[in-house]
Amino acid sequence: MAANQEPRPGWRDGLRESATFDRATIHEIQRAAREGIYAIRGGGAKRRVPSFDDLLLLGASVSRYPLEGYRERCETDVVLGTRFAKRPLHLEIPVTIAGMSFGALSAPAKEALGRGATAMGTSTTTGDGGMTPEERGHSKTLVYQLLPSRYGMNPDDLRRADAIEVVVGQGAKPGGGGMLLGQKISDRVAEMRDLPVGIDQRSACRHPDWTGPDDLEIKIEELREITDWEKPIFIKVGATRTYYDVALAVKAGADVVVLDGMQGGTAATQDVFIEHVGIPTLAAVPQAVQALTELGMHRKVQLIVSGGIRSGADVAKALALGADAVSIGVAALVAIGDNAPELEEEYAKIGSAPGFYDAWHEGRDPAGILTQDAELAARFDPELGGRRLANYLRTMVLETQTLARACGKSRVQNLEPEDLVALTVEAAAMARVPLAGTDWVPGRESR
Amino acid sequence: MCGIVGVYSKSDRFSAELGTHLAAMLAEMSHRGPDSAGVAVYRDPVAAGQAKVSLRAEDGIDREALTEALDRGLGLERLETQGDSFALATVHAEPAAAEAWIGAELPGLQILGAGRQIEIYKDAVHPDEFIARFDVGDLSGSHALGHTRMATESRVTAAGSHPFSTGRDLCLVHNGSLSNHNRLRDELAREGTVFRTANDSEVAAAYLTRRIAGGEGLEAALESCLENLDGFYTFAVGTADGFAVLRDPIACKPAVMAETEEWVAMASEYRALAVLPGAAAARVWEPEPGVVYSWGGESA
Amino acid sequence: MSVAASLSFDLAAGGVRELNAALHAGEAAEYRVLEPGGRHAVAAGAMDEVEVLIEGSVGYYCAGMNQRATVRVRGNAGVGVAENMMSGRVFVAGDASQAAGASAHGGLLAIAGNASARCAISLKGADVVVRGSVGHMSAFMAQSGRLLVCGDAGEALGDSLYEARIYVRGEVASLGADCVEKEVRDEHRAEIVELLAAAGFDDVEVADFRRYGSARRLYNFDVDNAGEY
Repeated sequence: MAANQEPRPGWRDGLRESATFDRATIHEIQRAAREGIYAIRGGGAKRRVPSFDDLLLLGASVSRYPLEGYRERCETDVVLGTRFAKRPLHLEIPVTIAGMSFGALSAPAKEALGRGATAMGTSTTTGDGGMTPEERGHSKTLVYQLLPSRYGMNPDDLRRADAIEVVVGQGAKPGGGGMLLGQKISDRVAEMRDLPVGIDQRSACRHPDWTGPDDLEIKIEELREITDWEKPIFIKVGATRTYYDVALAVKAGADVVVLDGMQGGTAATQDVFIEHVGIPTLAAVPQAVQALTELGMHRKVQLIVSGGIRSGADVAKALALGADAVSIGVAALVAIGDNAPELEEEYAKIGSAPGFYDAWHEGRDPAGILTQDAELAARFDPELGGRRLANYLRTMVLETQTLARACGKSRVQNLEPEDLVALTVEAAAMARVPLAGTDWVPGRESR
Repeated sequence: MCGIVGVYSKSDRFSAELGTHLAAMLAEMSHRGPDSAGVAVYRDPVAAGQAKVSLRAEDGIDREALTEALDRGLGLERLETQGDSFALATVHAEPAAAEAWIGAELPGLQILGAGRQIEIYKDAVHPDEFIARFDVGDLSGSHALGHTRMATESRVTAAGSHPFSTGRDLCLVHNGSLSNHNRLRDELAREGTVFRTANDSEVAAAYLTRRIAGGEGLEAALESCLENLDGFYTFAVGTADGFAVLRDPIACKPAVMAETEEWVAMASEYRALAVLPGAAAARVWEPEPGVVYSWGGESA
Repeated sequence: MSVAASLSFDLAAGGVRELNAALHAGEAAEYRVLEPGGRHAVAAGAMDEVEVLIEGSVGYYCAGMNQRATVRVRGNAGVGVAENMMSGRVFVAGDASQAAGASAHGGLLAIAGNASARCAISLKGADVVVRGSVGHMSAFMAQSGRLLVCGDAGEALGDSLYEARIYVRGEVASLGADCVEKEVRDEHRAEIVELLAAAGFDDVEVADFRRYGSARRLYNFDVDNAGEY
């Protein structure tokens, strides 16, 4: 009898399942006993956590008035890197494409991201493996990551980039390094990363030449010197002790802070790391905004939020909490074709199904996106993928504007925390907004 | 995260100019520690039976009232105030007795340090302002430690600044981030230590204080840090006779030492040593991880 | 714009920005840097085949991401000297601090004194030659390139090593995960001679060097090697 036909959850034909040792847990223990190694997968935290879904926007009515669609403008552009850089980034929409490596992704997939982002006037970001000519060629605005591994890092690409992102960590695994298994270390990836073909890449979790914000400050100075102070410097952190992290990022000299919550994806990491380390995006954003505000840096050091951004509703709520922009990773991959229903048979062959596929580390993606296999990658059409991404971004932005106009805003960044209420006590406490219909913000003075 | 400096004089001329050099070193470390600054200067030893106590009051010091109270309770030799909040009292009592009495009778005062020579000043202002406010450049002395702070996991307050006192004429400055200090703090608090901040460095200082008060020598107490403290650290400890340095075994946080005929010095970055006279010809080296270095002998 | 034969920069008077701007603009064939005073990012991001002579000790990231230039430090170098160098040569007359040559892809870093911990960490193809000793975790995760140490090496040499080659003449305190001693054959002796000559350390005896490399047990996960992680 299928699970959704069970008369009582956890019961089947008189058999009772344990909540502690449920079927999924038993399955995982048995797998570990067979294989002797942790489970590895892609994606972000799967379990339900308090999120933007638990927040609602307060639309206009008698005390507040909405803007008419189309005629009454609702601006979406954002400038990133105004603090120190000679050439800040001017983006037309407040949604950027997050760092994802060539290696994790195929070359045509990176090209698609560049095409789609450029069509909508926004940026893409390189990943743990360096900059490819395809991405630089197709991305009008490209952010170049500096990671602990330093794979592919070089000053020519540093100068070709439009901004530099120092990666301290990411939401899926704050405190962890990169991971790419042998099946994805193709000839080209091996050459870019300076590794033997087909081995499992081991990655450092700390940068090789600095540890701590006091020494990061000096590293950032070096990056600015090498690039003649032109480019904005981003610092990316996975959400953990966010209040302190953001304050320290500012003190270390960041132009922009990128904050990635636990729902943020990865191409490959231990499942236990993804699910049990880091905090939800919702809980991290107010900490970041508080740190920036206390330092007098809110809107002066821009805040980009990522980790489970899926729709214009998420964008609007992130902006309302104080972000300047958001970044998408998993959503962008889905938009260009990951987990497509047309590939159901292909997924079945590798033991998965559309909507469930997350074994990105295996490199057998039938969509040709999360693979280095030449045949599979050849199936992926980067032009079509680019159009799909542009459509999705356009939809997100239209949604954001719809919600912002309904709240009376002529600019999406004018959304504020007072436009939000929460559906649950946890979400109210984490987001620091009142429970809907009440004045109550758990743990704080009433507003 | 932070910058630390230490300097020990080997000549009378250098001792007379100690403050000038200390100020220059501190200024070089301000970029890595913009939130607060502090120094411990060892100078003008008081007579036997007397103690110097460095004091701070959050709400401001009432000079008259303090003079009267200290004179009545301990016998006051001299009271110097600095701005609204700081005072250096020389009293007719042993350091431990002075601390105990002030702690009991004047609870509004924070005792920054006590001993025969040590003077501790610290405040939550940019190092450049700190140097000006406390006339650091004018201080002579035999040796000194300094610290510039970039607060990591605790608030930016004067109480959270370094140096932290760890006993009579003893103090600690720290660059790094500990990872097991919260449990240690609980243990030490249960044994009677009073903590003022959520600062990990305060825990390290209290840990050392306890070990030394229990009869362990400074070197042994520092060596025990390798077992009992987890995380990243470069420690510099000031003693009555000199100073000691210890880096954790992983040694990600920096430390550079230099020595000439006139001085021995230590800093987080070479640029803070480069400002000392004769630095270009100095012997320069880095302390090995997990090894206690000390100059001028132990004090316990 | 004409290229000057030589330009002088007093960092105590001007600053690092002035020097680096001139260096990146290709204003001279030779740059003399005075009073470096332990400053950071001195001569970082050089792009041309020029000479940079630094009269004194530098701070962090001297000659960072160096390309084609020959940089001589007549003093000590702070953390990360020649980090991520792509080509060219960097000579340090004194000692180097931690992470010397970190993730360097090409070129030569020669240190006449000692280097500290994590020398040649994450090495990606460059040559690092040290006349003195190196500290712990040297050649950590070194992927390719060569580290040659005439003195001793600290704990955990070559931990998590890939294909980089390590030569040490003195004592090795301990070897890191997956790093093993290997046979020195004629081609390795030739390599040692080549490296010493390039660094200018011609008076060092070749005979006593030992070679270390990866055992390659960690290349693909095997549960029996789990203890190495």
